[in-house]
Amino acid sequence: MADFEPQLTKRFNVKDGHTLKGYLATGGYESLKKLFTMKPTEVIEEVKASNLKGRGGAGFPTGMKWSFVPQNTGKPIYLAVNADEGEPGTFTDRYMLFNDPHLLLEGIICACFAINSHTAYIYVRGEFYEQIQRLNAAIDEAKKANYLGKNIQGSGFDLEIYVHRGAGAYICGEETGLLESLEGKPGKPRIKPPFPAVVGLFGCPTIINNVKTLCSVPWIIANGAKAYAALGTQESPGTHVFGLSGHVNQTGYWEMPFGMPFMDFLNNYGKGVKGGKLKAVIPGGSSCPVLTAQECEDLTLSYESMKAHGTMFGTGCGIIMNEHTDMAKVLKNLTHFYSHESCGQCTPCREGTAWEDRLLKKILNGEATAKELDLMLEVADNMEGKTICVLSSALAMPVRSFLKKFRGDFEKYLVKNTVAVPEKVQ
Amino acid sequence: MKVEFKPEVKKEFEAIAARYPVRRAALLPALWLAQREFGFISTEALKATADLVGCSPAQAMETASFYTMYQKQKPGKYHLQFCQTISCLLNGAEDVRAAVEKKLNLKDGQTTADGQFSLQGVECLASCHTAPCMRINDEYHENLTVEKINQIIDELKAK
Repeated sequence: MADFEPQLTKRFNVKDGHTLKGYLATGGYESLKKLFTMKPTEVIEEVKASNLKGRGGAGFPTGMKWSFVPQNTGKPIYLAVNADEGEPGTFTDRYMLFNDPHLLLEGIICACFAINSHTAYIYVRGEFYEQIQRLNAAIDEAKKANYLGKNIQGSGFDLEIYVHRGAGAYICGEETGLLESLEGKPGKPRIKPPFPAVVGLFGCPTIINNVKTLCSVPWIIANGAKAYAALGTQESPGTHVFGLSGHVNQTGYWEMPFGMPFMDFLNNYGKGVKGGKLKAVIPGGSSCPVLTAQECEDLTLSYESMKAHGTMFGTGCGIIMNEHTDMAKVLKNLTHFYSHESCGQCTPCREGTAWEDRLLKKILNGEATAKELDLMLEVADNMEGKTICVLSSALAMPVRSFLKKFRGDFEKYLVKNTVAVPEKVQ
Repeated sequence: MKVEFKPEVKKEFEAIAARYPVRRAALLPALWLAQREFGFISTEALKATADLVGCSPAQAMETASFYTMYQKQKPGKYHLQFCQTISCLLNGAEDVRAAVEKKLNLKDGQTTADGQFSLQGVECLASCHTAPCMRINDEYHENLTVEKINQIIDELKAK
């Protein structure tokens, strides 16, 4: 791996790196000097040229997203920060918020300047109590030092940032569910179009960005898109905080440029699989289709390689499973999760996630035949692409990939004796 | 019994409400205040919250019931929230939880008779690399083992 300068985690081991003093001592808020000499459109062009992709899971190009904001509506423009980290297997934003809250604030200032927004809300999941305290403390410090508020550093640019605490709902990580929750309602996703960039929070143009997406922006502004694009791969430029959990000897997170072979990451950073040989990997959070050990052999940590392997980069946090893992039990965990977290407004999702869970329960109880396995696939077909948001697909994809790649793990639970029940008594 | 927010809490809420162009948007923070002040979101607390925000009790209920962290019944002094999602499952969360259920003779959603402990299974807490994990009130406890959780509970009991 080529040498690189950490951008996202450089203050993780700095004493008081989370305070304004520690932040300023390590180059904090430096990008603003350059930012305020640029025009907002130039900032957008720079981020576009860097090819920074959204780190929340969908990987949408950030600069392009910003360019969708109409500037002539006469309405205020909002930025909503998605810190509702809840995708099973994902845990790195928690540390970004805790160790370097000012970096997020600096990223928010850059983004708001680019889209001409003067109010940003950071939506933090309710469980992140310590992180919320740190964010609020950072906002207070930044306001006192005029990095927030009116006429920031004499630039003429005004910005207020507020923290909004969630209260336990995975679906609020979906961007329009998040907006509903910010408006004080249940987090039920909205039909698109209109897209939030045009009609978002309080009916106004709104951009929703993930924590690490915004934390990547100050470096791009300070060092230029070219330097950013030189890191990683062509399709996946820059660095990311990659994570490992599950059956690994060394779980954790590491920042590095995109493109490392997955097995090198697992063996050199994760110190190999714990408790046996590798069986399966869910590469970027539970919604991503599962991969077999064989498929991981030529996999790299990049958007394009994950796509080529029929899965998704997602959040870049892999869940590792060893050879003794019962994939039917793992999938049961996911069917439970998604049926619990479905907001319930679309029938294919509300019913589909619950039916997958019930069918799998029947299978695990030894009460099912091959018919139920096929029925699970049929239900998955009826769940995908038929709902307002992608939660339904986020279960359909694992169901399909688990059953296709690890069917034996499910078949062992089936009732062998499959005599058809006669229609009549005699 | 009717409950009411203290004047200083009302003031605290007004500062929060000013952050939003629409007052209703402050409903989640208002419910957090209600939970802090009244211990949980009772029907009375819900009415007081609705009055504070200026929405109907039904709207407050609709929101409160959607989110799992608003407690609809009084939780124990120590509210144990066990992550039951995939990475914790892979690392022995079931054993840890079974040990607690046995030790406290408690099932999901229940509170001990003395009001000290309550148990809630929750979904992914974003602590997958330190699985299994749980929260006790607002604090994370990570890398749990049966031994460790028994020790934690003994310490809390002794407090």
